[in-house]
Amino acid sequence: MKNTKFQNNVAMAIIKLIAAMVVLILVFLLGKILISGVPHISWKFLVTPSKAFTAGGGISVQIFNSFYLLILTLLISFPISLGAGIYLAKYAAKNKITSLIRMVIEILSSLPSVVVGLFVFLVCVVQMQIGFSILAGAIALTFFNLPLLTRNIEESIKAVPNLQLEGGLALGLSKWKTITKIILPEALPGIITGVILSAGRVFGEAAALIYTAGQSAPAVDFTNWNIFDETSPLNLMRPAETLAVHIWKINSEGIMPDANAISAGTSAVLIIAILIFNLSARYLGNYLYRKLTSAR
Amino acid sequence: MEYNLKDKYILQLNEKEKALETRDLNIFYGEKQALFDGNLQFERYKITSLIGASGSGKSTFLRSLNRMNEGVADVKGSILYRGIDINSPKINVYEMRKYIGMVFQRPNPFSKSIYENITFALKENGIKDKEKLAEIVETSLKQAALWDEVKDDLNKSALALSGGQQQRLCIARAIAMKPDILLLDEPASALDPISTAKIEETLLELKEKYTLIIVTHNMQQASRISDYTVFFHLGNVIEYNKTKNIFTNPKIKLTEDYISGNFG
Repeated sequence: MKNTKFQNNVAMAIIKLIAAMVVLILVFLLGKILISGVPHISWKFLVTPSKAFTAGGGISVQIFNSFYLLILTLLISFPISLGAGIYLAKYAAKNKITSLIRMVIEILSSLPSVVVGLFVFLVCVVQMQIGFSILAGAIALTFFNLPLLTRNIEESIKAVPNLQLEGGLALGLSKWKTITKIILPEALPGIITGVILSAGRVFGEAAALIYTAGQSAPAVDFTNWNIFDETSPLNLMRPAETLAVHIWKINSEGIMPDANAISAGTSAVLIIAILIFNLSARYLGNYLYRKLTSAR
Repeated sequence: MEYNLKDKYILQLNEKEKALETRDLNIFYGEKQALFDGNLQFERYKITSLIGASGSGKSTFLRSLNRMNEGVADVKGSILYRGIDINSPKINVYEMRKYIGMVFQRPNPFSKSIYENITFALKENGIKDKEKLAEIVETSLKQAALWDEVKDDLNKSALALSGGQQQRLCIARAIAMKPDILLLDEPASALDPISTAKIEETLLELKEKYTLIIVTHNMQQASRISDYTVFFHLGNVIEYNKTKNIFTNPKIKLTEDYISGNFG
């Protein structure tokens, strides 16, 4: 009896220690990045374009590029993932072809992002002559995002009890109607959470973008909203360095005198943005769940 | 003790009384056969109970009557409704299910308001008139004996109701479609005795307008509410007779042993 209790205490102590270690590492990393980076963040830093050789450059274009790329990636990958997720969760028969599809998605999700980047570089940038561009970057990020988002949507839909589908069918509703009007609204909180979390991942991705969206951020004219104009921020064919790529670039070949400060400040901005994504995913997911399930 | 599954007693009805009839229904889950030669006739405006041990095929049988088993089980044979074989591939199953509704074992209201739970399918079927919808909501909730409990908060989420109320809402939702036949798959098995009594009361009132076929594990329930009872065993229909006869004077030894509880 005594021995059992002792064993239990030892096991508990070890588990608590491991958990504390994980938290400590995270706190240390976040603290280090924020403490060294936040002092460099100023309004000017956020709204000035970067400079290649002189001090005092900002990250305005990189911030815009990161968000624009994120939106484009979600615009491409969300509809595809939604369709694939619905198919896998509710329509796919349990056979070899379906398990093959699942396996392919799993393999795709474990591809190193630098390989995805090089693939899109060879196929889109070089072969199809798109050049370093936001479009190529969005395609690479779509490859990178698609499997995880599909998996997330499939799981969210599967988490809705099958009884709901049967309930709809028994009322003479078609399967498609039941899925779109009853199952999807109920799966929505999970889907939204997944989309925002994947947005955080996409936002921080660098390796897939180095050879696709490129490593330069040509100045853009934020008053020009003609999507076909080369200086317009919306132009899909311009090279677009993102925050994460900017950090990598500065650290590997930055020659401006304040490179360290810019790198630290950019890292802090990136981390803060991703933290906001994660927290809002939690909040929005909970909010939607409450709204959909409890009394209104 | 050995029983001969070929020993059967199956009641035959007049043509006029039939609401639904199955002919040579054989149901397979892959290689495994779950039902053998189901030949049953169900009388209009009556309650028919399907009883039998777990795995006897009664739920499988019920779920094939409005083809809810589609894609899971392979159903061979014919199901005649108004002279039409609704098991034919040519039938529009979604249209057919408007005539043959179903209530499930676990209450499954949609995560919408009480009101929307009932109006949702009606709206999809093109009933847009607000007054008409409100009227249907009221009558079907009254028929399901839920109106008095929820009339003041129809906009409340259906998930906030108790299990018994949720199940009556599901019944209301099903009868709002004005089906001919209502299939109930152990509708009270997940509920407490008081809710069960309320559901039974509701069913007895519903049979004035609908033909009810109910699967139940509870033999007292079958004897309390049903006019006819079917006894299933290992995928075979063993005995089908008036409930009174099944419980007081079973024709087959197997039925008698099952009902008196000295089985196997």
